[in-house]
Amino acid sequence: MIIEAKDIAKKFMKEYVLDHIDLNIHSGDRVALMGPNGAGKTTLVRAILGFYRLDNGLMQVFGKDPVKSRIEVLNGISFIPQLPPPIKLSIEELLTYVSKSSNIPSENIFKEAERMELNLKANLSKPFFKLSGGMKQKLLIAIALSKKSDLLIFDEPTANLDPKGREQFYDLLDEIDKSCSTIYITHRLDEIEPLINRKIYMELGKIIEDERL
Amino acid sequence: MKNIFLIAYLDIKESLRSKWFYVYSLVFGGLMALFFITGVSDAVVMGFTGLSRMLLIFIQVTIIILPIFILITTVKSISGDRESNVLEYMLSFPISLNHYYWGKMLGRFVTVFMPVFLALVMGVIFGLIKGGDLPWNIIFLYSILLFSLCFTFLGIAFFLSSIVKSTDIALGSSFVVWILLLAFIDIALIGLMLQNRVDDKIILTLAMLNPIEVFRIGAISLFDPELTVIGPVAYYLLDTLGTNLLIIYAIIYPIIIGGLFALFGYLAFRKKDLI
Repeated sequence: MIIEAKDIAKKFMKEYVLDHIDLNIHSGDRVALMGPNGAGKTTLVRAILGFYRLDNGLMQVFGKDPVKSRIEVLNGISFIPQLPPPIKLSIEELLTYVSKSSNIPSENIFKEAERMELNLKANLSKPFFKLSGGMKQKLLIAIALSKKSDLLIFDEPTANLDPKGREQFYDLLDEIDKSCSTIYITHRLDEIEPLINRKIYMELGKIIEDERL
Repeated sequence: MKNIFLIAYLDIKESLRSKWFYVYSLVFGGLMALFFITGVSDAVVMGFTGLSRMLLIFIQVTIIILPIFILITTVKSISGDRESNVLEYMLSFPISLNHYYWGKMLGRFVTVFMPVFLALVMGVIFGLIKGGDLPWNIIFLYSILLFSLCFTFLGIAFFLSSIVKSTDIALGSSFVVWILLLAFIDIALIGLMLQNRVDDKIILTLAMLNPIEVFRIGAISLFDPELTVIGPVAYYLLDTLGTNLLIIYAIIYPIIIGGLFALFGYLAFRKKDLI
């Protein structure tokens, strides 16, 4: 079991954003997590990443509490946020941070970036936030894929990519080990349909549909 | 442990490119250069001359602007990263919160302390160029006092940065802390004592608790053991504690306060939602 959530709840300003959810994600599950804005998709992902202390229930990732055992849990997760954050570090510094904190050889990131047609070497001294939207997204994808994690979480990963970039991204995803689990938060099911084997639909903090394909 | 140094190193590199760091360095370096150019060191006011005179003015300016510079540049450290979702991404990597928080603090300490310390070194070099005796004991003790003042306000800033979620509130809180502490330096304390007939002990306790006042008394007592230029509360404290004890207190107390605030900030950072 990769993720086991039992009756988890999270409140903000007395409103439930996760309303007593049960969810199991197994090895090899490729999930499209869908729902309108405010449905609780990002909150659920943040709870999986151990960013939130839950008001109720039990969350286990790789059999461990993601808050208490964050290093062990995050060792096995790659995450791409919805919008590339305005990181002020240069690309070289960001790669240093990633490779030292996650024990990824920098060459692996360079290789993945090349496959996305992103020339990292020419931009090493540039601050990350000064890259174009597409370049930032490609770099985050290259970092995520080079980590070889057991769980990949993508929050609208192709939002900043042009059609060619999307195609390259989906080609790379197709090569990921089938035992690896993936969660895509998306509004474009048609684009990722060939990649997924499960659909979860959320609304008002609850899972209202969970379908295996 | 290596991750603490990694975070500190990256924070220093990031700060060195920031506009705030240039302004901060320019203000302190520029002030020292300005004192030198305008011939402050040649003026004899209240008995001080040469490098001592220059350092005394530098201290008086430092008392006012160093705390607010540290607060406003540091308070955004964690709250700003949280607001812009940088924290979300950076903490999605397997790095312990302990290493992240203390690494950030270590890096930020280097970037806030070094420009002030280098401005002091610049003053010493000016003093050497001018000739005359260099007050090494004052320079040494003043460096330590600057260290503890930087540490106090860095601790307070990290505490605010951890407990506050928005940058605006963090900045607002910094100003409140700064104004409050500035208001309770000697002159305001005396005003309070005279107007409201507050008990002397309360006045003295307030003075001893205020890290700006403690720094002020400690730093100026290096130049003027009688503290005639600083005010009656400071004079009373010096008379009661003696110079040595007062200086030791002025060094240790702010470090303890800064350490406690930084620790409370860390506990809040760990216990609350990260983003």
